[in-house]
Amino acid sequence: MEALPELIQAAQAAIASAGDPAALDLVRVHYLGKKGVLTERLKELGRLPAEERRSAGQAINEAKQLLEAALATRRTILEQAALDTRLSSEALDVTLPGRGQQPGGRHPLSRTLARIEAFFTSIGFTVAEGPEVEDDFHNFEALNIPPQHPARAMHDTFYFDDRTLLRTHTSPVQIRVMEQQAPPVRVIAPGRVYRCDSDVTHSPMFHQVEGLLVDEDVSFTDLKGVLDDFLRHFFERDLAVRFRPSYFPFTEPSAEVDIQCVICGGTGCRVCKHSGWLEVLGCGMVHPAVFEKVGIDPERYTGYAFGMGVERLTMLRYGVNDLRLFFDNDLRFLRQFQ
Amino acid sequence: MKVSEQWLRDWVDPAVSGAELAAQLTMAGLEVDSVVPAAPPFEKVVVGRVVDLIQHPDADRLRVATVDVGTAAPLQIVCGAPNVALGMCAPTALVGAVLPGGFTIRKSKLRGIESHGMLCSAKELGLAESSDGLLPLPPDSRPGQDVRALLQLDDQLIEIELTPNRGDCLSMEGIAREVATLNRCPLQLLPDDPMPPRLEATFPVTLQAPADCPRYVGRVIRDVDPTASTPLWMQERLRRAGVRSLGPLVDITNYVMLELGQPMHAFDLDRLSGGIEVRRARPGDRLQLLNGTVVEPDAETLLIADQNGPLALAGIMGGEISGCSTATRNVFLESAFFTPASIAGRARRYGLQTDSSYRFERGVDSQLQRRAAERATRLLLEIAGGQPGPLIEAVAQEHLPAEPAIRLRPARIRTLLGMEIPLIQVEDILRRLGMAVAIEVDHWLVVPPSSRFDIRMEVDLIEEIARIYGYERLPGKRPLTRMDMQAQPETQVPVDRLREVLIQRGFQEAITYSFVDPAFQRLLDPDREALALANPISADLAVMRTSLWPGLLKALIHNQKRQQSRVRLFEQGLTFVPSAEGLRQDTYLGGVISGSALPEQWGLPARPVDFFDLKADVEALLALSGAAESFSWVAAAHPALHPGQCARIERAGAAIGWLGALHPRIAHALDVEGEIFVFEVQVSGVRAAQLPAFQELSKFPVSRRDLAIVVDGAVSAAAVEACVRRCGGPLLREVRLFDIYSGKGVPEGRKSLAFGLILQDFSRNLTDSLVEETVSGIIAGLAEQFGATLRV
Repeated sequence: MEALPELIQAAQAAIASAGDPAALDLVRVHYLGKKGVLTERLKELGRLPAEERRSAGQAINEAKQLLEAALATRRTILEQAALDTRLSSEALDVTLPGRGQQPGGRHPLSRTLARIEAFFTSIGFTVAEGPEVEDDFHNFEALNIPPQHPARAMHDTFYFDDRTLLRTHTSPVQIRVMEQQAPPVRVIAPGRVYRCDSDVTHSPMFHQVEGLLVDEDVSFTDLKGVLDDFLRHFFERDLAVRFRPSYFPFTEPSAEVDIQCVICGGTGCRVCKHSGWLEVLGCGMVHPAVFEKVGIDPERYTGYAFGMGVERLTMLRYGVNDLRLFFDNDLRFLRQFQ
Repeated sequence: MKVSEQWLRDWVDPAVSGAELAAQLTMAGLEVDSVVPAAPPFEKVVVGRVVDLIQHPDADRLRVATVDVGTAAPLQIVCGAPNVALGMCAPTALVGAVLPGGFTIRKSKLRGIESHGMLCSAKELGLAESSDGLLPLPPDSRPGQDVRALLQLDDQLIEIELTPNRGDCLSMEGIAREVATLNRCPLQLLPDDPMPPRLEATFPVTLQAPADCPRYVGRVIRDVDPTASTPLWMQERLRRAGVRSLGPLVDITNYVMLELGQPMHAFDLDRLSGGIEVRRARPGDRLQLLNGTVVEPDAETLLIADQNGPLALAGIMGGEISGCSTATRNVFLESAFFTPASIAGRARRYGLQTDSSYRFERGVDSQLQRRAAERATRLLLEIAGGQPGPLIEAVAQEHLPAEPAIRLRPARIRTLLGMEIPLIQVEDILRRLGMAVAIEVDHWLVVPPSSRFDIRMEVDLIEEIARIYGYERLPGKRPLTRMDMQAQPETQVPVDRLREVLIQRGFQEAITYSFVDPAFQRLLDPDREALALANPISADLAVMRTSLWPGLLKALIHNQKRQQSRVRLFEQGLTFVPSAEGLRQDTYLGGVISGSALPEQWGLPARPVDFFDLKADVEALLALSGAAESFSWVAAAHPALHPGQCARIERAGAAIGWLGALHPRIAHALDVEGEIFVFEVQVSGVRAAQLPAFQELSKFPVSRRDLAIVVDGAVSAAAVEACVRRCGGPLLREVRLFDIYSGKGVPEGRKSLAFGLILQDFSRNLTDSLVEETVSGIIAGLAEQFGATLRV
């Protein structure tokens, strides 16, 4: 019979040379299985004289523990190697693009409209809508623009018949809101408007956002404050804003609002016609004649209204240089606003 | 309104630069559009007098002039201008002169004759668009004098874009008044002492429409010199204001209009008979205008007529026959006040807009007519001589605008402007504006000057105060407001979420015109009559859209033509559908897809889009309502869609939209590539949402049984599924259609549908016998309703 040390040595060699978990298991069965070499030796202990039995048993048990530990170590190594092999075979080129659909995007004008709505709803304005095919009363008369008023000639109106037209501005929504709702009123009205004019700088359809606030003690300084804030937030710049007297039949005092040119910073360029200023808004205090048309007492209430061109703000914000791009819906253009 | 700075400074001369002046005007509400030099730069151009003139020996059209330019030796200059004449003075560009456009004058030889300079036309000096000869300078000009100095060309033109309320500023006097007010400067007014008559001659004037024309001032001037010419200074001022010189009589009326803002007219007195009648047009009236067109004025048109008929469209344009010409010796001058209401819109009606109608529409000072007539007389006598008769004035006092006395309350100024302006400053501003201010107990009574006919109400005065005080000096305040919480109805899907779903599914948002090509729309929506514009901008944008598809398909075509074959576009907007109850303007959401289902990529096989790709997109929209089962898809026919690939989308039995493949016939007509799928849903039909309501979760496991049945090929999947659900009883939790098959193994004309049935109970584990009972109930129901058999 082989001496125990040699047997251990042989077993250790077998464990070390086992190349995979199955081979290792065969080694385990050979030495430690029910009929394994060491198991058999333990069974034969009974045949030894009593005084040798104890030390021999101890030696076999030690050998057994030694081999079990060696087997466990070897198993861990083999498992790790197997995992490493699998992992390396499963490695991907992580720079490959993801699969499936890719998201589209909002139209740049709609993106601007959403931003404008967000600024004003954050200070308590609600969004109002109105029809685009309007009547003469809401588009003109109620806004203090009677027939033959020179301001009408400036509107280049699309007509369907004598009384029906495409709204030339979002201001008729002011009237519709005030017809429905008693003060206080705080609304903005975004939407499409139409003028019978088409060239490089005019589109027959464009977008405006109208704002209206009516309450007791509303003043021109409130209007200045809110528009000043809006323009700085919209452009995310601390830019100069100036209010300049102007004329709209439905507001008085009226103002046009210029911002310091965002293209040249006010030093003068082609976009601002070398003036350093860009006109972006019209506004004013609601004219008493308008209040009277909708049955609001102009002595008790005052209010302000403003209107802004969405195309212009969008062009200035993103540097778009051609108005017509907004309505071509060219995907190469639209994708730039994802 | 173009204002010569030089001319303006004759009236008022504040100590500010031209640029500062322009900025002042802009900030006072008279927006300056541009400031440009009155003449382009040029140099070394002097007055030359032609002292000798001979024919060029070798050229018929050229002459050789000897020109005195103030130097010891006159210059020899070859000239081709038709009007070159012995003794005339003309601008002479010396050798070395640089003319506008960088054109340098050199000594040269023309057909063998030396030329030492060039005699110039107005065009060559950049003073006119075209010229038909040399620019004649006054014969008494001093040879050698710099032409820029002689013509005072070192001037700037300030172009002002006036708002319609500021008719009072359509004159030099009006602008000068503003400048004087802004700078607290004196205003240099014109001499306005009356011209004494030298004749008795008058001409009768009757006001037959006194409400339209409450004041008409006229004057007879006899024996004017028909050979007189407009002096150069006046020609220059007219030119800078953009008015053509048309002979002294017309030029003088135009000049006075520019000076004072009063449009005037000069009639040839010898062409008038009887007297002047100011009246509305009558049937049968005809008039040939100065521009040659013949009009038949309607009853709303105000005329100047005599006993033979119409002479002029009042306040708009004179007639051909009664106008002044080079033969006119006796003149009747008109200086009238026509009310804005009597002129507004009339010129447009005849396709006209004149300097006169533009002013009368916006308003003219009703007290200005005599002063303007006197001024014109004075100029006429100076320039063309003649014998004036006395001023004739017909006036209907009761129809002249009343002088308003406007109540102005300090408290109202504070309320509207949001700040306190000291009372003394308010009064100062009003007085600087020429207003009469009377102090009452708690307010002022303010009477504006007649030139400020736009000021009628308290708020008009407050605007004036703010304007002169300076908008930039009014502070801006942050809003102080009630914090009213706003309703956010959870049973309405926000429109932005609808947008967001489509964007996440690869759609780009489009914005297309609301008006479309009527022929294109008829192709897609032949059954609905579109609302047509009376004045479309072009024939292909002539009717309002009844559907979003025409615009979206146009956008698709635009992109396909630019190598963008994969298109996914949506749009949200109104459609305009005439109906018995009137025009419906409803918001729709529509989309179009074509090209490959997915962007070109490495991991998935490429395939073109189909019906179910778009249906999945729309189902994702509908799912936002939390009530996907409330929608149904009904096979139906739509004229724009493929008859076999077209679904009407219904909710609670009402149609809310369509989805399908574009009809191949239409696709062919549009010349589009590949298969096109479109959808359109009414937004209000999609937005109504159901509030989530919690349902208890079962603690017991589910059982699954798969069931493949064979039915007739025409039976819809939805009908079969509905039957399965109905027959499934309370244990059936879910039905999943996982396969559809027809072909080998399934009889011709029939199809196999395979469903996964998910069963579960709330109170116990399901036994096989319970499951079998449910499944056989379903099989029996299907057999009964559809003749379905189990697939074997």
